[in-house]
Amino acid sequence: MPRFESIDHLREYRRQLVAKRDPNQPQVLVCAGPGCLPMGSEEVAAAFREEFEKNGLGAKVLLKECGCHGLCAGAVRVLIRPQEITYQHVTPEDVPEIVEQTLKEGQVVERLVYEDLHTQEKAAHKGDIPFFKGQMPIVLRKLDIIDPTSLDDYLALGGYRALRKALLEMKPDDIIDAIDKSGLRGRGGGGFPTGRKWRVCQEAMDEPKFIICNGDEGDPGAFMDRAVMEGDPHAVLEGMIIGGFAIGASKGYIYVRHEYPLAVSRLQLAIDQAREVGFLGKNILRSGFDFDIKISRGAGAFVCGEETALIHSMEGHIGEPSPRPPYPAQAGLFGKPTVINNVETWANVPEIINLGADWYAGIGTEKSKGTKVFSLVGAVNQTGLVEVPMGTTLRQIVYELGGGIHQDREFKAVQTGGPSGGCIPAQFLDLPVDYDSLQSVGSIMGSGGMIVMDTTSCMVDVARYFINFLYEESCGKCTPCREGLKNLLFILDEIIHGRGTEEHLALMDELCGTMATASICGLGKSAVNPILSTMKYFRDEYLAHIRDKKCHALVCRPLLKYTIDPETCTGCLACVRECPVGAISGKKKMPQELDQELCVKCGLCYEACQFEAVKIE
Amino acid sequence: MDLPRLENILTRYEGEPYDLIPVLQDIQDSYSYLPKDELTVVSERLNVPLTQIYSVATFFKMFSLIPKGKHQIKVCLGTTCHLKGSGRVVESMSHRLGVEVGYTTKDMQFSLETVGCLGSCAQAPVVMVDDKYFGRSTVDKVPKILKLYK
Repeated sequence: MPRFESIDHLREYRRQLVAKRDPNQPQVLVCAGPGCLPMGSEEVAAAFREEFEKNGLGAKVLLKECGCHGLCAGAVRVLIRPQEITYQHVTPEDVPEIVEQTLKEGQVVERLVYEDLHTQEKAAHKGDIPFFKGQMPIVLRKLDIIDPTSLDDYLALGGYRALRKALLEMKPDDIIDAIDKSGLRGRGGGGFPTGRKWRVCQEAMDEPKFIICNGDEGDPGAFMDRAVMEGDPHAVLEGMIIGGFAIGASKGYIYVRHEYPLAVSRLQLAIDQAREVGFLGKNILRSGFDFDIKISRGAGAFVCGEETALIHSMEGHIGEPSPRPPYPAQAGLFGKPTVINNVETWANVPEIINLGADWYAGIGTEKSKGTKVFSLVGAVNQTGLVEVPMGTTLRQIVYELGGGIHQDREFKAVQTGGPSGGCIPAQFLDLPVDYDSLQSVGSIMGSGGMIVMDTTSCMVDVARYFINFLYEESCGKCTPCREGLKNLLFILDEIIHGRGTEEHLALMDELCGTMATASICGLGKSAVNPILSTMKYFRDEYLAHIRDKKCHALVCRPLLKYTIDPETCTGCLACVRECPVGAISGKKKMPQELDQELCVKCGLCYEACQFEAVKIE
Repeated sequence: MDLPRLENILTRYEGEPYDLIPVLQDIQDSYSYLPKDELTVVSERLNVPLTQIYSVATFFKMFSLIPKGKHQIKVCLGTTCHLKGSGRVVESMSHRLGVEVGYTTKDMQFSLETVGCLGSCAQAPVVMVDDKYFGRSTVDKVPKILKLYK
């Protein structure tokens, strides 16, 4: 690709690029996002390639492996353009039929299109699928149509136009004003006003200044940032370069967790491409502004999502947080003023510059502007990534977009904010989702994980899960967090083993109070949310464990009893092969017996049985 | 000690103390663990005390002080995976391989690990072997996954 020496050059290149592209050229866009990749997108794409070869379509049809198409429940998803037909659950075996029917004949393969679970209505076009109807994609807008490895794809859709505008038509102050006026707040979860953060950093007297993109998406149940980094990496870079110009930084870092190898390689490729054409490096677009970006890989520590811990680990130390103030915007990386924002925040920046602060501020609620991406997972029918205007209610997200609860079971709770968030019960389903209202019910927005739970989830187990997670991830620097988590875990284990008392609940309350007040960083302060919210809204479940020694959701192992029903057992021995302690015995093709003395209640036999002969009480 | 191999890694960096983590990551990737002799050289070159190197090496989950197996199995224990029974997947893997979480099989073929979240939550439970993801990996899929690498 050429190096863009001027705006005219870039404009001309873009014009030619768009002119060269035939909008009617058939395109097959295979989703290779976080949801489809584990279900075999690579194999589906390979099958298309092979089929095109066989039919001599290789030059005629454009095949792309794209980022997340959103509706992960239908993995592997394929979008056919220009007809905009979407197929779901595509396997390599379906590919010849799609090529024959759709690409050659222009017909829709009915059996592969979306079908509404309740009405049985079919919808072949994305716009007709309820999951997409209530959404407003800004950050996710390009994910399903661009090839993330192609800078041309990004440019053809207006990419780096915001950078041009920012560098050549705006002053740093204008940019910060625009971000401020847009009302954009940090999408990592804290919700700090982005414009204000940038202003503090810009006004700091120290030099040099740094930009960091926090891609250490550690919250279990969240994959928005992974999808953006893998699916639209240039949007993140463009946001960061604009931010660098605004605050006067010449160096930026993207901190990505090493568990996301594809995000690392996609971002590295995008950085190399941006350097080659001159969007990174010296004198960008002849504006006199120098900026470069480096990737810093995380080494596997949840606490490094906390900004001060992240900065310490970038300096070569262990990821221990330090008290704020000073905030990183005043004294961050190597003690220098540093703006650190999350992936989604950066990806919003180019759109705000392009379309204006007023446009962005017109979306959302009074105090939370714009849209938010959520990873809607768990017990809903339509799992996937959704982007909705702030203020959309939980009910709309769970029932209209998510298509309701799996197998029409009863909704129990929705968990937001990862280990720092809480479980929100059914009584708050009409709550508008924004930073402040989520906080008012004991949870937080967090980075955007939204895990829906039904009656098969035990809330005591959920609380224990998060406390155990945090216990393992706590860096151990401050006592309230280190010891508090250890003791909370001990108490929860007592309750789960049927040894809990009601005094334990009061003790947990007290411990939570100390941790929330006295911990150094957000990890310890907010670790109490999963406990406090479940104790408040699901107290009866705690009491059932304590008083009746019962787990009604049939989750807490020590309170369960496994038996084998001799009527239904076929003697296939699948359970015998799974049992780790040899507790199941009997002759082949005869009903098996489970020795209660030996049973460790692991549930492997229950999962292995194809005939539902293993029963839980 | 394979000095040229280590030199190859060290030359990628400026040799400053803040290069410590990327250098250790490259060593981990290349050797599958952090060999003691190599760490001594790193300490001298980056001017970082060996104690600090061990503190970093034991703090982050990515690093191992003992060699890992040919294939790295990561079972996701994220929230959604947990709700969908990933705990049982770990037990089944551990039982079938005859190895505890965090350890490597005697034949050095498999290392079994758990991970906080792999970010493929819509397809829970998720297992990752090396760089390949396996969605909806319930207990009954475990033998099929292992068979691909045996």
